[in-house]
Amino acid sequence: MAMLASTLACSGIALADTLQKISSTGRVTFGYRESSVPFSYLAGPRQPIGFGVDITTHLIPALKRATGRHDLEVNWQALTSQNRIPLITNGTVDVECGSTSNTAARAKTVAFAINYFYTGPRLLVKQAPGVKDFDDLKGKAVAVTTGTTTTKLLRKMDLERSMNLQLLPGKDHADSFLLVDAGRAVAFAMDDILLYGQILNAKQPAQWHVVGTPPQVEPYACMLRKDDPAFKQVVDGVITDLMRSGEFERIYAKWFLSPIPPRGRSLNLPMSDALRENLRKRSDQPAN
Amino acid sequence: MSLEWSIFCRSTTGNTQLAGCLGQNGELSYLQWLISAWGWTATVALLGFLIALLLGLLIGTLRTLPSTSSSSRWSSRLAAAWVELFRDIPLLVQVFLWYHVAPFFLPALKSLPSWLLVSIALGLFTSARIAEQVRAGIQSLPRGQRDAALALGMHEAQIYRRVILPVALRIMLPALTSEAMSIVKNSSVAFVVAVAELTQFAMQAQEETARGIEIYLAVTVLYALTAFAVNRVLAFIELRVRVPGVGALARQGA
Repeated sequence: MAMLASTLACSGIALADTLQKISSTGRVTFGYRESSVPFSYLAGPRQPIGFGVDITTHLIPALKRATGRHDLEVNWQALTSQNRIPLITNGTVDVECGSTSNTAARAKTVAFAINYFYTGPRLLVKQAPGVKDFDDLKGKAVAVTTGTTTTKLLRKMDLERSMNLQLLPGKDHADSFLLVDAGRAVAFAMDDILLYGQILNAKQPAQWHVVGTPPQVEPYACMLRKDDPAFKQVVDGVITDLMRSGEFERIYAKWFLSPIPPRGRSLNLPMSDALRENLRKRSDQPAN
Repeated sequence: MSLEWSIFCRSTTGNTQLAGCLGQNGELSYLQWLISAWGWTATVALLGFLIALLLGLLIGTLRTLPSTSSSSRWSSRLAAAWVELFRDIPLLVQVFLWYHVAPFFLPALKSLPSWLLVSIALGLFTSARIAEQVRAGIQSLPRGQRDAALALGMHEAQIYRRVILPVALRIMLPALTSEAMSIVKNSSVAFVVAVAELTQFAMQAQEETARGIEIYLAVTVLYALTAFAVNRVLAFIELRVRVPGVGALARQGA
């Protein structure tokens, strides 16, 4: 056991210098998600696209400069929410820009670049008269998705504000959406970006509205290996340049305010105040 | 890696450990949530079993009616169709049909809570299986029993009530025990239609606490204990209703 631990510690040190690794192998591996619309998803077989993918491709010239490898070979590796952290820490993937929340708990095992998106729980309603915010939900049935932190947040709100909520646990987001569609719940509470994604796939998008003030916001950021300041500096440098030059807002508009594949519909999600503020502050800190 | 059972005394709305493992003023511990989830599992299973038992007895009996009149022939065919309908479609699909498709044709179903719809789905699915066991029990009886009852001047309803069913039901009790235990485990499908039962608890609580092993172990033990308790209750009933010469216990000399 002690031997195993020391081997892991050694390999940990060896892996932590990503720039060194890229320069000696001539290869960088980017992670992508298969269906995190619009952050990182597949447009065709092995063809990742999205907001995070665009940010990632901006890293390539900077990495070539930093490592001196102008023949840099770029690999893309699909990740899931279950394997993304292990594959970053074990060195299979060097950076992932998808829909990964920057949390204090995760910061114990991985590092995060500058926050590039903010989301918070809001309410998806279908022409529900009278439901404008969380306080309007008193005594009503609300759909939440099993296995998400929003469920716990709603439970807490229910207790603190004595709302007498009836929480209906959908088995996945599509199921929670159906609960509202069928009239069994008045609203679906979830991170707003996921709600906008549901509207994108709805039969009649015009019927659906996202309302309410998020009780808290959570940042998304590119995930890197921990304790690798040189590599983090390169990634943060690229994102800083994008934010300063206005290019970041152009990329944002491309994915959140314009028609996107596969349906050619637009999310119509204007930039949040939290994100606009971070274009200036450029924080890489988790929420709270 | 060590197991951290204290997770069950943690508050489900904060990160504090609750004194005595019980929350005050609406605050709940994971243990309390687990017990409430078990309550939903038990409710759905019990209700489903009652529906299954009543319909299963009725349908199984109808299937064995002698084809002496056209009405008994038709009820026997209807019962056969019932059995095939409900045992040829996967349980999960049946649950979805009751929840998503049936309310489209019968809007009144929309107002029924999902735990009731799932109990109905489970009950109908299991009724087809119990009906077959009832039929097997009835048809295992020697023809002489029926003939003797006829010779005594009994009519059809009397023959079933006084002679055939009392023996057939005792014969089928072991199989019925299996069905009752199955329905406890099958009730986990209620998770897919938003019932906060044990499986749903497991999936949500393991995500919130990051202690999936403890959560799944507790849920597994609770399912096993519940199914075993059902087994003991029915074994007790089997023992209490035994009569000399009938059923499995009789042959063991019990």
